[in-house]
Amino acid sequence: MTTRIGVVTFPGTLDDQDALRAVRIAGAEPVSLWHRDKDLHQVDAVVLAGGFSYGDYLRAGAISRFSPVMETLIEQAKAGMPVLGICNGFQILTEAHLLPGAMLRNNHLHFICRDQKLRVENAETAWTSDYSAGQEISVPLKNVDGRYTADERTLDELEAEGRVAFRYLDGNPNGSLRDIAGITNAAGNIVGLMPHPEHAVEPLIGTGRTDGLGFFTSIIKKLVNA
Amino acid sequence: MSLDTVKHAAETPDAAQPWKELGLKEDEYARIREILGRRPTGAELAMYSVMWSEHCSYKSSKVHLKQFGEKVPANDAMLVGIGENAGVVDVGQGYAVTFKVESHNHPSYIEPYQGAATGIGGIVRDILAMGARPIAVVDPLRFGAADHPDTKRVLPGVVAGIGGYGNCLGLPNIGGEVVFDSCYQGNPLVNAGCIGVMKHEDIHLAQASGPGNKVILYGARTGGDGIGGVSVLASETFESTGPAKRPAVQVGDPFQEKLLIECTLEIFREKLVAGIQDLGGAGLSCATSELASAGSGGMRVELDTVPLRDSSLSPEEILMSESQERMCAIVEPQHVDRFLEICEKWDVIATVIGEVTEGSQLEIFWHGEQIVDVPPRSVAHDGPVYHRPFARPSWQDALQADDAGKLARPSSAAELREQVLKLVASPNQASKSWITDQYDRFVQGNTVLAMPEDAGMVRIDAESNLGVAMATDGNGRYAKLDPYTGAQLALAESYRNVAASGAKPLAISDCLNFGSPEDPDVMWQFAEATRGLADGCLELGTPVTGGNVSLYNQTGETAIHPTPVVAVLGVIDDVNRRTPIAFAEEGQLLYLLGDTTEEFGGSAWSEVVHNHLGGLPPKVDLGREKLLAEILISASRDGMIDAAHDLSDGGLIQAVTESCLRGGKGARLVVPDGLDAFTFLFSESAGRAVVSIPRSEELRFNDMCGARGLPATRIGVVDGEEIEIQGEFSIPLSELRTAHEATIPALLA
Repeated sequence: MTTRIGVVTFPGTLDDQDALRAVRIAGAEPVSLWHRDKDLHQVDAVVLAGGFSYGDYLRAGAISRFSPVMETLIEQAKAGMPVLGICNGFQILTEAHLLPGAMLRNNHLHFICRDQKLRVENAETAWTSDYSAGQEISVPLKNVDGRYTADERTLDELEAEGRVAFRYLDGNPNGSLRDIAGITNAAGNIVGLMPHPEHAVEPLIGTGRTDGLGFFTSIIKKLVNA
Repeated sequence: MSLDTVKHAAETPDAAQPWKELGLKEDEYARIREILGRRPTGAELAMYSVMWSEHCSYKSSKVHLKQFGEKVPANDAMLVGIGENAGVVDVGQGYAVTFKVESHNHPSYIEPYQGAATGIGGIVRDILAMGARPIAVVDPLRFGAADHPDTKRVLPGVVAGIGGYGNCLGLPNIGGEVVFDSCYQGNPLVNAGCIGVMKHEDIHLAQASGPGNKVILYGARTGGDGIGGVSVLASETFESTGPAKRPAVQVGDPFQEKLLIECTLEIFREKLVAGIQDLGGAGLSCATSELASAGSGGMRVELDTVPLRDSSLSPEEILMSESQERMCAIVEPQHVDRFLEICEKWDVIATVIGEVTEGSQLEIFWHGEQIVDVPPRSVAHDGPVYHRPFARPSWQDALQADDAGKLARPSSAAELREQVLKLVASPNQASKSWITDQYDRFVQGNTVLAMPEDAGMVRIDAESNLGVAMATDGNGRYAKLDPYTGAQLALAESYRNVAASGAKPLAISDCLNFGSPEDPDVMWQFAEATRGLADGCLELGTPVTGGNVSLYNQTGETAIHPTPVVAVLGVIDDVNRRTPIAFAEEGQLLYLLGDTTEEFGGSAWSEVVHNHLGGLPPKVDLGREKLLAEILISASRDGMIDAAHDLSDGGLIQAVTESCLRGGKGARLVVPDGLDAFTFLFSESAGRAVVSIPRSEELRFNDMCGARGLPATRIGVVDGEEIEIQGEFSIPLSELRTAHEATIPALLA
């Protein structure tokens, strides 16, 4: 049976089509999920894509977190369903307390769009097993509220438990504490990051690299072998 | 205040009216009275005043713009021409592409963030209203001197506005320009372009026909923002002592616009609309009169049903409001329920505000009382037409006689080297990545090329790899020296940029930015530039599909340089064959295509080194441009070149520097026989490009150029970590990179 991976569209989600395409390119069946619909339509995993849901007018992700689809998603994620939050999706995951910490406005206060080098720190999550620990990858980064923040105790805990999944290399683009670009929960099924792996899945498009494809092939392998 | 109804207007012919305050001339007011056979009501006066403003009626430019419709090249690609919200061209495989460039100059000076943001919003809705999904935006921008304190107010605001709005819409920003010149100090040019794609059968037009069909207003509520924005801001010269005009600038809500886009596309997919129009300049006045005028004529609107943000707005204000993120659709009665259902799904407010009627009048009611009763065509299309006087300026001859060829040239290799560094670090030639990195160029996952490439390129079909490319160019310095040639140079450069990316140029849109039409000097520049553009398009075979005119770009007596900006749209059958600018492969051969002569009038060198503007701009040979484009496209298709960069402002050294830095590789260059190093590096002769060729392809490429008669000169090789001009000097890439990339952040960050 084909792996079904859902991508949620909230009002103001922008990278949903890109995420659906990445899922398809990786070999799974993409399924569109609608924010008002509690039903996850039997998907095996969910991607919360980037964008500015509800305009990010209140606080990035703060309103989406209360949408009907999130009720089911939060419940299932806690039960072990793999969830990947990219950019706005990561912000929603922190607002939903599925991942610790929060994102603040970039320290330079500007939107920044660039090709960003990352180090994969944890290659054992549901979404990173196709990488090797310490591997360096390049994927696009684009955000204005991307500065990862948490209290010192949480940061120490994340580090000690190996839950810092990605770190910025060659310059911290936004002032994120300890160069953190992405994190995972303890179980490794929920991963959030600010950069956009779904924009780096085709050789010709975007940065011309396919370094992001591993997120999607990782999850497919995990689900097929489960 | 009592309501000024049609009945009341007929009974009180002598009531004083504020036609002058609304920007109407005495004879225009008299004409309105003549059309109506009575004095207009307040609401009618509001409608006529905004629709007959320069911005909406093109009253000064119309007689010149006619040429774009008369000198139309034979071109099968054109599906919808000038006059609609945007033109549409056929790009093959059943796809049609619509695109347009517009200005939002005046609002962006007053309130840079919102001015620029709503400029994006407006052009995107124009494209959407044609039935297309918007797929990319571009932004040609011009500011005052880079080191002027006010530029530090205007530029960051404009850039943040474009980013803040565009990024939130999910449209990749793939190109544009950033130019600094003190002539734009009080009049920055904020132009915005958008590309949209659809299938042929999905083209929608702005017309209201079919009596009984409902008029639905949907999107944002109507507020007091931007009242008279178009007529007040875009049709008057700024006076330094005038009152604050900030309230006339509209405020944008990109989240609402994103919902409007998705909602509208779903409505299109279900084929629920008979006609559609976006609400931009002149708001409801424009949408109702244009829809009715393009249809059978009759429409009845209950204005009090319009959802408001501010319940105290008067009917006149509602008609004039330029609140953003609104659209108006004509819907057959049986589709109304489904239409409203889709709007509800997207949390978009939609209201039936009227219907198409049997008659020929546009009738608007306010709580049952009639306040408008006009022939819609008289509002939308039969505005005044001016034959403004124009004459070649008295100073033009002296300007052209001030030959840049006489300027002191570098006398040693060391001085030449120093001038190269100065040029690539000058604000106009420096890297703009500090600006363009604030725009999302990746969203939608189809971006093949984006800044700083010659043209932006997006894939429109992931199966066939069909793509479109767009470049925008303009050079006010050239146009000031000779507006006819300057307009053709803008066209030629944009055309060349598209071809250099590997795409075939198809059609153009233009944004004509000029000073006051009431000045005969400016009007001459306008007349010359439009004539040059129309003649050029005829020769290149690229029709003008639409565009925009922005006049009154002047402060006091001083007008901006005449600045026609041209956007060329091209098509590429397989985006895998696109040509980037980067010199990335060591050992590849560099060829200079075209002829180089001593042409320095209006050049970047003359500006940077001598702060000079005089002489004649480079000569234009459109036949040569066509040939060059054909060679670039063939070479791309057949895999003969790995990189190409057009030569324009800054000349060869600017192009080579950009290509080397982009690819991270150096180059060794030899000055060709018959040229001196200075001319080789800095001349701005048109019709040229530099290409990087794998050695295995050299013979084939040379044969092609020889057979077609295009001069191709081997000038060097991609090699090392410096740019070396043999026998002259060399500069390490690291030094070039610092010079090229440090300028803009140092001035603006």
